[in-house]
Amino acid sequence: MDFDLNDDQKMLAKTVADFGKKESTVERFRKVRDAEGPGWEKAVWQKMGELGWLSVPFPEEVGGFGGSFVEVGLILEQLGKTLVPEPYLASVVLGGYPILLGGTAEQQQRFLAPMIEGKTSLALAHREPARRFAPGAVAATATKDGEGWVLEGTKAWVPNGHAADQIVVAAKAEDGLGLFVVDGDAVERETLGCIDGHRAAHVKLDGVKVEADRRLAAKPAEEVLVQVLDHGAAGCVAEGFGLAQSMLWMTLDYLKTREQFGVKIGSFQALQHRSVDMFVEVELLKSVFTEAIARVDQGDLEARRAVSAAKLQLAQGGQFVSRQAIQLHGGIGVTDEADIGLFFKRMHSLVTLCGDEAFHVRRFAEEMDAA
Amino acid sequence: MDLSFSAEELAFRDEVRAWIADAMPPHIKKKADDAGHFEMPEVMEWHKVLYEKGWVAPHWPKEHGGPGFTATERFLFSEELELAGAPILSPFGLVMVGPLIQRFGTEEQKKRFLPKILSGEEVWCQGYSEPNAGSDLASLRTMAIDEGDHFVVTGQKTWTTYAQYADWIFCLVRTSTEGKKQAGISFLLIPLDTPGVEVKPMLTLGHTPAFCDTYFENAKVPKENLLGPLNGGWNLAKALLGHERTLVAAVGHCRRNVRLAKRIAAHQLGADGKPLLEDPYWRERIARLEMRLRAHQMTNYRALAEQQKGKHPGPESSILKLVGSELVQQTDELCMELMGPDSLNWFNGEGAVAPFEQWVGPMFCYDRATTIYAGSNEIQKNIIAKLILGLPKK
Repeated sequence: MDFDLNDDQKMLAKTVADFGKKESTVERFRKVRDAEGPGWEKAVWQKMGELGWLSVPFPEEVGGFGGSFVEVGLILEQLGKTLVPEPYLASVVLGGYPILLGGTAEQQQRFLAPMIEGKTSLALAHREPARRFAPGAVAATATKDGEGWVLEGTKAWVPNGHAADQIVVAAKAEDGLGLFVVDGDAVERETLGCIDGHRAAHVKLDGVKVEADRRLAAKPAEEVLVQVLDHGAAGCVAEGFGLAQSMLWMTLDYLKTREQFGVKIGSFQALQHRSVDMFVEVELLKSVFTEAIARVDQGDLEARRAVSAAKLQLAQGGQFVSRQAIQLHGGIGVTDEADIGLFFKRMHSLVTLCGDEAFHVRRFAEEMDAA
Repeated sequence: MDLSFSAEELAFRDEVRAWIADAMPPHIKKKADDAGHFEMPEVMEWHKVLYEKGWVAPHWPKEHGGPGFTATERFLFSEELELAGAPILSPFGLVMVGPLIQRFGTEEQKKRFLPKILSGEEVWCQGYSEPNAGSDLASLRTMAIDEGDHFVVTGQKTWTTYAQYADWIFCLVRTSTEGKKQAGISFLLIPLDTPGVEVKPMLTLGHTPAFCDTYFENAKVPKENLLGPLNGGWNLAKALLGHERTLVAAVGHCRRNVRLAKRIAAHQLGADGKPLLEDPYWRERIARLEMRLRAHQMTNYRALAEQQKGKHPGPESSILKLVGSELVQQTDELCMELMGPDSLNWFNGEGAVAPFEQWVGPMFCYDRATTIYAGSNEIQKNIIAKLILGLPKK
């Protein structure tokens, strides 16, 4: 067992961390959030492409780095620390992995190569209005139309769906679930504001025509979708681990500077013990984050267990941290002006996306060994 | 980063598993299968079986009789013992005073004490707490008066666990009343058959005779039994806390409890006549603890990996006691809940409840100690707040 990162991984994490500290502080997130537009910046996305960050899990043949989800997780952790708004999770993981896992070499070249360079972004549209997370809970349909397909249905809260150049759509075909890559421009989409300041979209598929070579069929779609959502869940945990670390540090800083009753409030034992409780949850989060990013590529029972345990810890421990961080900031923590609340809101999104607590506890329980 | 085990490591695991199955005496195996409670004579019997194999002190360096396991092998070894339900060895010699003697002892002390700790010929207990010195350990008052070639010890130690089975006690005693109270403490090794030493067992909440009071009245202790420098005992006590950490993580204890919970859930039937283990409500209750245990176990691996590299325990090791002790109690509580009315059982012998349910009640009661011993959880939080989070003093 070896928990050490190799030199390349250490370097990568440091480069992304430096980017957050110098070029994409929370102030930048706030600016982008409050401006008109997609909620992220094309120029920054392109720069991420140039730096190779969008390439890490993809094969070298299409311009990828040929790495693993470990590198993806390390990047997301660092991006989470300063709320970098670019759609890394939505585009590289949720949009990119269906093509990586279910696409042919040609499809990967066609749809992944431009994204890797930062020229395009992707999204995954599988969830539907008032439906939850089960990969197979899809009512949208794909009907054969000559060589191609016609898609009908509605997709809800598609992360980066408002801006994506291509959207991977899950729809039921006569031969089972299918994944189809459609151009963003080819569908009707309504941009929505999200609790965390990001944008998303409702996507209407009203007789959208898709050519045959846009169906991702190298592997059964249900299998691919389960894998994609587990990678997405591990990605949520990675970004959420970054958030939780920042929230702990910000809170400790506050406790060490804020004075009441003539002393630093961090000298009060009640607040010290609460801080330790937060620290404990962050350390446990680090443990499950590590296991989840290291195992998710295995795609087996142990990988699913690791991911579900991690997502539970994000929901319980991560949210304990984000709630107590507000509490220990006192009244200022409940203002939009203070940064801490922005982390609190993003934490909620990450807990909710790709399977919430109920979903992951239930799945773990169903698959649990009897002894 | 690679969380898998190598082929050599897996072969080692198989070897250990086969050996345990072969070497465990039948009456111990039966009790292990029934999740029973082992008393000290059975613990020492198993100690000797491991000693004969050379595996009794996996964490000791080879020069002192350890088997030379890597940290990963140590982990696999302890996991196999735990899966087999083997008795947990008394930690006072092997985990506590043994490593301290290796680090601070004279050559004579090492030769005198270490071989008999290994063989189990001499059993140890711990003399730290006193009636008025619990969490505030440094205020201890058991005095050791310097009388030339020996000390004369007078005072009372409490929570001297299993002192009635021990031959030796390692004690923190006051050798000076000057300066800071921590600066007047020494670390003394005392034979329990010394005239003036008396051990009085008391029942714990779990009705096991684990706790004892140990009284000293003008007990003569030779000077050569001083471990480390005179008035330097506090540093030894602090060093020992580091050894205790992975022990108090209680990963094995928690895992056994989760397995026991499943066994109880397979035995107890719900209103529909089906085992509770098939009821989604109870499955999820068990699953939540198994999931948190997974996080705890991974934290323990992280600490072990640091140890393997010879590094000092990092921040992750400081939380092991907090999380482990709470998980022990939560898994106990779940076992009791799963037993329902059968959890009222209190030493009624065979037939009152299933054999593997006999000890759940006593365990549930005794394990309230886990958040109190080895530095209460509140004291642990004070230490972490100050030393790791850097929060200010008043």
